[in-house]
Amino acid sequence: MSPALHILKPGLMTTVQDLGRAGFQNLGIGISGALDTVALRLANLLVGNDPTAGALEVLYLGPSIEIEADRVRMSFVGANTPVEILPDRWASSGSRIEMLRSVTLKRGEVVRVGSMTGGATLYIGVEGGFDISPTLGSVSTNIRGGTGGWHARALLAGDRLPLCRMRVADRGEFRVEGMEFRAPTCIRAIPGPQDDHFDDAEIAKFFSSAYTVQSGSDRVGLRLQGEPIRHVRDFNIASDATVPGSIQIPGTGQPIILMADRQTIGGYPKIATVISADLPKLGRLSIGCKTAFAPVTVETAQALRQAMLSELDALADRVVPIRSTAGGSAPLLHAENLISGVVHALPDEGALVDE
Amino acid sequence: MKADAVMIEYRILAAGDTAIVVELGDSIDRGLNAAVLALARKLDESKIVGLNETIPTFRSLTAFYEPTLLSKAALEGHIASILHELQPAQARGRLWRLPVCYDSQIAPDLDSVAARAGLTPAQVAERHSGTVYHVYMLGFLPGLAYTGDVPPELVLPRHVSPRPRIPAGMLGIAMAMSLIMPRETPSGLNLIGRSPIAMWRRAKTPADSDAALLAPGDKVIYQPVSVREYEQLAAKSAAGELDLVPELGPAA
Repeated sequence: MSPALHILKPGLMTTVQDLGRAGFQNLGIGISGALDTVALRLANLLVGNDPTAGALEVLYLGPSIEIEADRVRMSFVGANTPVEILPDRWASSGSRIEMLRSVTLKRGEVVRVGSMTGGATLYIGVEGGFDISPTLGSVSTNIRGGTGGWHARALLAGDRLPLCRMRVADRGEFRVEGMEFRAPTCIRAIPGPQDDHFDDAEIAKFFSSAYTVQSGSDRVGLRLQGEPIRHVRDFNIASDATVPGSIQIPGTGQPIILMADRQTIGGYPKIATVISADLPKLGRLSIGCKTAFAPVTVETAQALRQAMLSELDALADRVVPIRSTAGGSAPLLHAENLISGVVHALPDEGALVDE
Repeated sequence: MKADAVMIEYRILAAGDTAIVVELGDSIDRGLNAAVLALARKLDESKIVGLNETIPTFRSLTAFYEPTLLSKAALEGHIASILHELQPAQARGRLWRLPVCYDSQIAPDLDSVAARAGLTPAQVAERHSGTVYHVYMLGFLPGLAYTGDVPPELVLPRHVSPRPRIPAGMLGIAMAMSLIMPRETPSGLNLIGRSPIAMWRRAKTPADSDAALLAPGDKVIYQPVSVREYEQLAAKSAAGELDLVPELGPAA
């Protein structure tokens, strides 16, 4: 039997995601990819994958997964979530493991991922990755667009997600050092492109109010509730392009932040755009979270992006061995030639630390 | 229209720190759209390092760039020089003849659209299929093409309450735009027909890639077919045996 992850319970919304498929937005395909790209990269680095590889993205409630391969190495990075290892699918209890680390599982064992606290996303990295053909250069699942991933949908109970490796090497495990994945209390944004559809008082209100993330928020958009923002004119524009992090103000006056699975064009004025360094933090905002927006200039945002890209370059340094292995983590990972030295500059990459 | 007599006015708007919007106007207009598409073509051909991709729309173009490779000012400079020399003539796109079945059995809004326009369903089909449409842009869903303009008597707003689900291939009207849905989706369109043609083509081999049937700047003629012909074509399409070949479009 070929190696696979047997999905016993799918969780709320578990999809295959990588950094997305940039380059085809003129065909109507959004970029998709992980909501928290920093957590995705770390989940991959922990299991020795290229940081841009595909992993499982879990929203709010995790899956139960039975191992159908001789030996599988997995990692768990993101919001605080109970993760248990059960000896087999009939067992009712197992042993709890820490997050932000890798762990090796044997055939028949079950990993049970619970409910998150204080966040919305968790990434499960799998050494060697999934045996799934990329669509337009990416294994990301775009459910709205019916493209990519595992049959362009979230995992279902009974799925057998094929793996590339039957048996991973027997070596030490790794953990992430000095990283937190808290929901941000402030998101930085650049006014525009349609800030001229709002008067100065309304823009000031937008940047000084607290907004709460509403139910109905998903991989397409974060729906916010707070002080309504009034348009100067009509709330319809001749549709134009959206970008990841576009903040639309529809007729209700309540902002919607467009996320990874967004529509590429839209007909609502966009008051501001979340800066690229803060996009991964949006993935940590769960329903009920309060957040606010701070205005920054393009120049400031680009300096923050530069800093973020440098931190991404150094991300592998945060992955350290749990048991002492000769030579430490970096030489081992580099020796296996598994770490890409190149950071692919995609518009959805973001910062590493909350301010 | 004389090429040298056109002065293109535009605004540059920020869409975050990795994209700018080149706004040529605020309305849906073939002249504006031709300029947007010509700009998109020039930018794509330019191979500017750090320019990642563009999204042309009705009346603006959004350019995605990597600021560590290409400064906003440099990108704006490239755009200014392209727009300064831009020939507003439309490229000679392709002409597609897309079969559409206009029949009340298949299209749930055909009768009500006819009634609102004071026409018979057959007249709606005749008017809707009696004009050459321009593909303004692709967007919203993979392969979804906004084609226009719908004859004035058939211009209708979207339904106030969208249908939760319509099947792929449904042809609907939203204001002056006519759209064929590439996949099952919620929709507020006024559904007057259905096409058997897949607007988003799945890769047939691993070497192949998924692709949109239509491209911005293409022309489309909707060709009425009977329910029987529709069913035959839909069966061929589902089996992957229906390959439409476009003609060379009319000279601009």
